[in-house]
Amino acid sequence: MAEAPHIDIDKVAELARIALTEEEKTKFSSQLESILGYIDKLNELDTTNVEPTAHPHSVENVWREDRATSELPTCEAVKNAPKQRQNMFVVPKVVE
Amino acid sequence: MEYEAVIGLEVHVQIKTESKIFSGSRSGYGYEPNTLVDPVVLGLPGSLPVMNKTALDGIIKAGLALNCTVPDYCKWDRKNYFYPDSPNNYQITQYDQPICDGGFVEIEMEGETRAVMGSHRKVALTRIHLENDVGKLNHFAEDSLVDYNRAFTPLMEIVSEPDMHSGAEAFAFLTAIRQTMIYCGISDCDMEKGQMRADANISVRPVGQKELGAKIELKNLNSITGVKNGIEYEIKRQTQELKKGRKMTQATWRWDADLGRTELMREKEDAHDYRYFPDPDLMPVRIDDEWRERIRCEIPELPFDKQRRFMQQYDIPYSITSVLVPDWELSEYFERAAKQMPKWAQAIGNYVTNDLLRELSDSNTALSECKISPDGLLSLVEVIEKGVITKQIAKDVFIEMFNTGESATEVIERKGLKPDFDEGQVKDWCQEVVDENPRPVEDFRSGNDKALNALLGQVMKKSRGKASPQIVQGLLKELLS
Amino acid sequence: MMSAELYYKSASELSGLLNRREISSVELTQSVIGRTKAVDDLVQAFNSFDEKNALAQAADSDARRNRGESLGLLDGIPVGIKDVLAVKDQPLTCSSKILADFVSPYDATCIQKIKRSGAVLWGRLNMDEFAMGSSTENSATKITGNPWKLDCIPGGSSGGSAAAVSAGESIVSLGSDTGGSIRQPASHCGVVGLKPTYGRVSRYGLAAFASSLDQVGPLGRTVWDTAVLLQSISGHDINDSTSYKVDVPNYVQAIKQLKGRKWTFGLPKEYFESASDTASMGPVKEAIEFYKSIGCEIKEVTLPHTAYAVATYYIVATAEASSNLARYDGIRYTHRAESFDAKDSVDIYRQSRAEGFGNEVKRRVLLGTYVLSSGYYDAYYLKAQKTRTLIRRDFEEAFKDVDALLTPTAPSPAIKRGAHSGDPLSMYLSDIYTISANLAGIPGLSVPCGYVDGLPVGLQILGKPFKEDEILAMGNEFESVHNFKNEHPPL
Repeated sequence: MAEAPHIDIDKVAELARIALTEEEKTKFSSQLESILGYIDKLNELDTTNVEPTAHPHSVENVWREDRATSELPTCEAVKNAPKQRQNMFVVPKVVE
Repeated sequence: MEYEAVIGLEVHVQIKTESKIFSGSRSGYGYEPNTLVDPVVLGLPGSLPVMNKTALDGIIKAGLALNCTVPDYCKWDRKNYFYPDSPNNYQITQYDQPICDGGFVEIEMEGETRAVMGSHRKVALTRIHLENDVGKLNHFAEDSLVDYNRAFTPLMEIVSEPDMHSGAEAFAFLTAIRQTMIYCGISDCDMEKGQMRADANISVRPVGQKELGAKIELKNLNSITGVKNGIEYEIKRQTQELKKGRKMTQATWRWDADLGRTELMREKEDAHDYRYFPDPDLMPVRIDDEWRERIRCEIPELPFDKQRRFMQQYDIPYSITSVLVPDWELSEYFERAAKQMPKWAQAIGNYVTNDLLRELSDSNTALSECKISPDGLLSLVEVIEKGVITKQIAKDVFIEMFNTGESATEVIERKGLKPDFDEGQVKDWCQEVVDENPRPVEDFRSGNDKALNALLGQVMKKSRGKASPQIVQGLLKELLS
Repeated sequence: MMSAELYYKSASELSGLLNRREISSVELTQSVIGRTKAVDDLVQAFNSFDEKNALAQAADSDARRNRGESLGLLDGIPVGIKDVLAVKDQPLTCSSKILADFVSPYDATCIQKIKRSGAVLWGRLNMDEFAMGSSTENSATKITGNPWKLDCIPGGSSGGSAAAVSAGESIVSLGSDTGGSIRQPASHCGVVGLKPTYGRVSRYGLAAFASSLDQVGPLGRTVWDTAVLLQSISGHDINDSTSYKVDVPNYVQAIKQLKGRKWTFGLPKEYFESASDTASMGPVKEAIEFYKSIGCEIKEVTLPHTAYAVATYYIVATAEASSNLARYDGIRYTHRAESFDAKDSVDIYRQSRAEGFGNEVKRRVLLGTYVLSSGYYDAYYLKAQKTRTLIRRDFEEAFKDVDALLTPTAPSPAIKRGAHSGDPLSMYLSDIYTISANLAGIPGLSVPCGYVDGLPVGLQILGKPFKEDEILAMGNEFESVHNFKNEHPPL
């Protein structure tokens, strides 16, 4: 195995938008590093001229015609919202 | 030291479709909040995107109209970032294999006066790709409300090379894109409705320096004029900073159109890590020559080409074409009349760009609702050119036609505007006037051309304004020669 | 009549009883409800169920049948639904705290199809949170027991779906399979489970774990039951771009037609070598002997990239999951943290997701985020996509010589609860026999083939793409001379 992978857990958690406790950070980094260590075995393979597989079947041009079908009634659209007002989703003030 | 600005634009244009880019919910503007939504638009668990064929046709058309290469293959990628207006917290877009590569936009700079054509040049494009639009945030004092009606509207991003140098060029660039999109029926590009939006990347460097200066991203450019003013302000600001010896750093600024200045939004942050990867829910797109050609055939003659042709084919001045051509319907209207009688094109053009536009605007009528057909307008020009009625009378005839939809002859007939005398009678009146007014006759014969006008006026009076001034003039000259 | 035992009959038998009016769907549904109420305190297979609603559906079914308008073999049969499929006006929790209060405003395509087949939708079955896991221990709702030994896991992630059928709490059920999540719990609970070819069943309305690997599939007490349920959910769907435009054969007919065919089976060398100490191997070897005895040919084949499947899988699956699960953010319909720093515009995400997701989900989302992040994409994600190509090719090669592959479904029978805790990698490795089928997109069937220490063990039959009819026929061949379907857990 190559050098043990190191995860910048703070950076990854921030990208994933998950708050972690210090304890979780320690636990997850060591677990993820051990998984990455295992995953490292892929480097044994030479994949130089191998095409990547993004889909199990190579199908192209799957589309629909431009026709409006149906919508959700607004009451259904917002019924699961943790917080809503005027049929819109309430979020903390966003500064852009 | 002299400084120069380098500007690139990222222009987002919504494609006009009935339904959304990846779902069957309607696309539209001005609806009640969260009425144009379905499981896909809300990013509900289990929802899946399916491509809208018309959106693909739309961007291919845009790409071909803007001289891009449309490669055989493109695919969809996810751009991952969290933001409340993004239903899935990823945007479906095209990362490394966009649907349109390269291309350029022909732009026209402002001429010296409105009657003179400005200089033309090509602004290089990097690419155009397709992606889903996001929802809209409505800001309040304490919180923000999200409406997802706009989310998943088909959205093109047209990316220019850093190939412009002034606000005026950016203005011309956006104008050209807008006109092309409207001509092609791809988008109405109404910036107030968010159908076209632009961000600018501006950097300033000393003339002669090769490397670009620090890139300032300018946002909140809500109108084409805003783009121009914002960029010009920003260039001035950066130039002044540099002259003071300050160093520019990469940042995002925001144009405040009310205050007429830019303000700092944020300093350079860590580069975004969007974690692009191919969207496993969507299949790639393969485009063949047949598809490309089918779309190419749908592209109409583009604005600048039409303008050049009008000037040449109909021999009409730039000032008329610059009113006609930006409005596709108006230019078509003009041409339907002009191509029947090219020698009267200028008169037709004058009527269309003056009287017709004025009446349409005064009565708040769309051209498509206008009661005067191109043939009707032609009938009016014909009676004027043939001297049947005077231009003065024609003005009233035009208004009648506009209100009733009658042809020029019908109006003339109904209102008795047609002269009730023949040319012999006019000749007699001319002879009478020559006989009755020896002074002006003398003046004219001694070289004062203006004296003819006095005689003309007398004849017109006798005809109660119905005689054709051109004909009377001709007859008078004949008599006096 | 014998209503007490209806819940243990197969759908094929029940369908006959219903058609001959010997029982009604209401009676059958009552039997299943009664059984559920009697044993689910022990098994804990259901996240929720709605008795009234199920009985109303059953009454509708009876009325249809009485009008002579029966919708077919599934009409009136209770079908348990894994809590990962959207059913209009029903909760959809994915066994996650983050969706605890979510009620779906729409139906998944396979649910619409099941409704059209007249089946009685019955309950919401427990699972590993967002289908991430192999034990159903990663559920935020409850811990499901294996009906055969309650202190053992039922397998996962469709543990509730397998346990419910096994314990007579449902006649058949729907699960989803991303890396073995139907087949492995079927094996552990002694029922039949099928993962269809990728694209055979629409994923529209299946809360995505890993989009390029997920498939919805049936579980039942018999191969026939599984085939009937597969029939009703299969087919191209305009709402799923990855569903495949290919005809759906009549599976029940195919099972009959293909009976007695002398198949050629391959035994993947790598599976049997590495598994020399595999506990499940005994019954599997006997099953192989059975096929030999009826005249089928058995060949050794090689799948050279098998050793890389688990690594490939955990990159592809977690990368896709990290993006698929980003929508659970506390804004539109998910749990929102009570407290967050409102001045920090992203804290609502951080806190809601921290509270809403369990450990396994966090772990996988973090791993998936990492492998896609700047600077690592080529080394991990792209590399895995390429390795996936090699794994696909392995199967293409193997299928040139054989009709199907025979393998154990899982390396061991159900393990004790908690055995994997603290070592996620050991759990990941337990998917070793099932994962490749998802990477290659091929169908796989698990049929009960014996017991080890009183726990059921499954035989896995992996088929060619879209040849579900063949593997069902193969499974039926084995099942028809063995009596596993009439053996029930000691509950």
